[in-house]
Amino acid sequence: MPKIAIQASGLVKWFGEGEAKTTALNDVSLEAQFGEMVYVVGPSGSGKTTLLSVLTGILKPNVGKVLLEGTDIWGLNPDQLADFRLGKIGFVFQDYHLFPRLTTAENAAIPLILKRKPWNEALQEAEKYLDVVGLKSRAELPPVKLSGGEQQRVAIARAIASQPDILIMDEPTASLDGDTGVAILSFVQKNVLNNDRCIVVVTHDDRIYKFATRILNMEDGRLKGSEKSAI
Amino acid sequence: MTGILKLAYKLLVNDKAKFSALLVGITFAVYLMMFVTSMFSGVMVHASANILNIGAPLWVMDPYVETVSNSVGMPAYVLDAVRSMQGVKYAVPLYSGGALVKLSDGNYQTVTVIGLDDTSLYGRPELIAGKIQDIYAENGFMVVKDAEFSKLENPHIGSEFELNDNRGVIVGIAKVATSGLYGIPTLYTTYERAIQYIPNPRFTISYVLVEPKSTSDIPRIKQQVEALGYRARTKEEFMKNTEDFFLYKTGGGTNLLIMMLISFTVGLSLSGQTFYTFILENLERFGALKAIGAKNRDLVGMILFQATFTAFTGFGLGIALCVLLILLARARLPSYAAMVTFGNLGISFGMVVVIAAVSSYFGIRRVLKIEPFEIFRG
Repeated sequence: MPKIAIQASGLVKWFGEGEAKTTALNDVSLEAQFGEMVYVVGPSGSGKTTLLSVLTGILKPNVGKVLLEGTDIWGLNPDQLADFRLGKIGFVFQDYHLFPRLTTAENAAIPLILKRKPWNEALQEAEKYLDVVGLKSRAELPPVKLSGGEQQRVAIARAIASQPDILIMDEPTASLDGDTGVAILSFVQKNVLNNDRCIVVVTHDDRIYKFATRILNMEDGRLKGSEKSAI
Repeated sequence: MTGILKLAYKLLVNDKAKFSALLVGITFAVYLMMFVTSMFSGVMVHASANILNIGAPLWVMDPYVETVSNSVGMPAYVLDAVRSMQGVKYAVPLYSGGALVKLSDGNYQTVTVIGLDDTSLYGRPELIAGKIQDIYAENGFMVVKDAEFSKLENPHIGSEFELNDNRGVIVGIAKVATSGLYGIPTLYTTYERAIQYIPNPRFTISYVLVEPKSTSDIPRIKQQVEALGYRARTKEEFMKNTEDFFLYKTGGGTNLLIMMLISFTVGLSLSGQTFYTFILENLERFGALKAIGAKNRDLVGMILFQATFTAFTGFGLGIALCVLLILLARARLPSYAAMVTFGNLGISFGMVVVIAAVSSYFGIRRVLKIEPFEIFRG
């Protein structure tokens, strides 16, 4: 029986007060299992990014509970939460947020360095993940010397370097051309997704929908149900 | 170096333009601070040259004396009274005054004449040529071989000059620890000859040099001298008085303070601004680190390390630059009055620590405020 990676229930998040109050999440509940690649899709402003932030312990919901691998993350103190994110969650940001002054290998090694691994050991390990994403030969180059697709793959290598159980990808194709975006998600589906990992992708790029195990539609802060299930 | 600090180091030094700007700011500030304080220290040491060179532990003088070069003559009974005081091992007179000598080529040169006690020659300099007993020979003078030596036409043993129509003969060439501040050559002779050759007011003893029986006797001697209407100062107190005079009564202190403020402002504005810009440019990435799992204390540690590393590197470069320029100046002007002391280093170090603390404070405040949520929102 598949294990549950993410279990969120009754999530409500609003910003502002009084007339300026905006509800970004309105009673959102969801479950995602290991081995799943779940897409959260919807128009801009529908609350996708807020949901992602709440699920990963970055933004506290006003109401609701988030269990990641059975841990109530919003019951952890800030340091425990940071450790939890570092150990269990990998992030691929929309704009990659790679450090331009570091080499590709150093960028990929960041989670390992934050885990207090010795510098050289972290770099050696990061190179393994660069190999996974096909960029080992570019390990010594700075990210600015790489194409957009390659930078995205460095961001993926960084995200998986800490061997997270949950991988979060925020608009992974937003800065890429269509073919590259499709190639990246195909690569992730084949090489990064496995039975011990759950991947959540926020996107509104319908060209990559085919790689999803399940697609959740979001509109006005509510999940409107699943569009597709490959399970 | 731990991985996180190495990460901080690489982020800092790999941004060559910013790192250079930071270093230039701190280096320049440290250089300015070091230079101005070293100049002051150098001036103070040279201004106190006679106190250092003569080396007496206790100096008795008129209460109105503010620096060693501006003595007020004391009557002879002061010497007798001091000699009879409890705790005094011995006391000798010292003459210190200015004079004009006529050199063999007909030129005139101002000199400082130190007249040593005829019996003991207490406070005499170390001779590098000649014999000390020749100072008792007719017209005998010793000349100090310092940066001003050449102003007396590089005299040798036997060189002659005129002092108030009196013949003077160089019988010894001496060296001293420190040359004077005003660029004037120094001649040593006996006390009696000095007051005989140089026109003087009624009282001729510039200072009474006292050797106490022990250092514990110094307070008692000072009290007795005070009761006599004069003042006794230890070597260190006399140097401090000289320093205070330059600090508070010549405008030197104000100039020093202004220069120190300028150095601090230059350092803080250049480095603080650049460091803050560096933090702002990396703010999103610090946010990404936070999202990935960096704790606030990791980020604070990184920023403090970056600020400290920059500050200390700039500190080292600033000192090196200052020392280099002082050495270059000394190569051309041997008596160049600048001196690096532990005090100067301490002041500059303090300034650098403040610059690093202020710069990192604003950077840390900004980084701690950033929400990783902002990173997701792009």
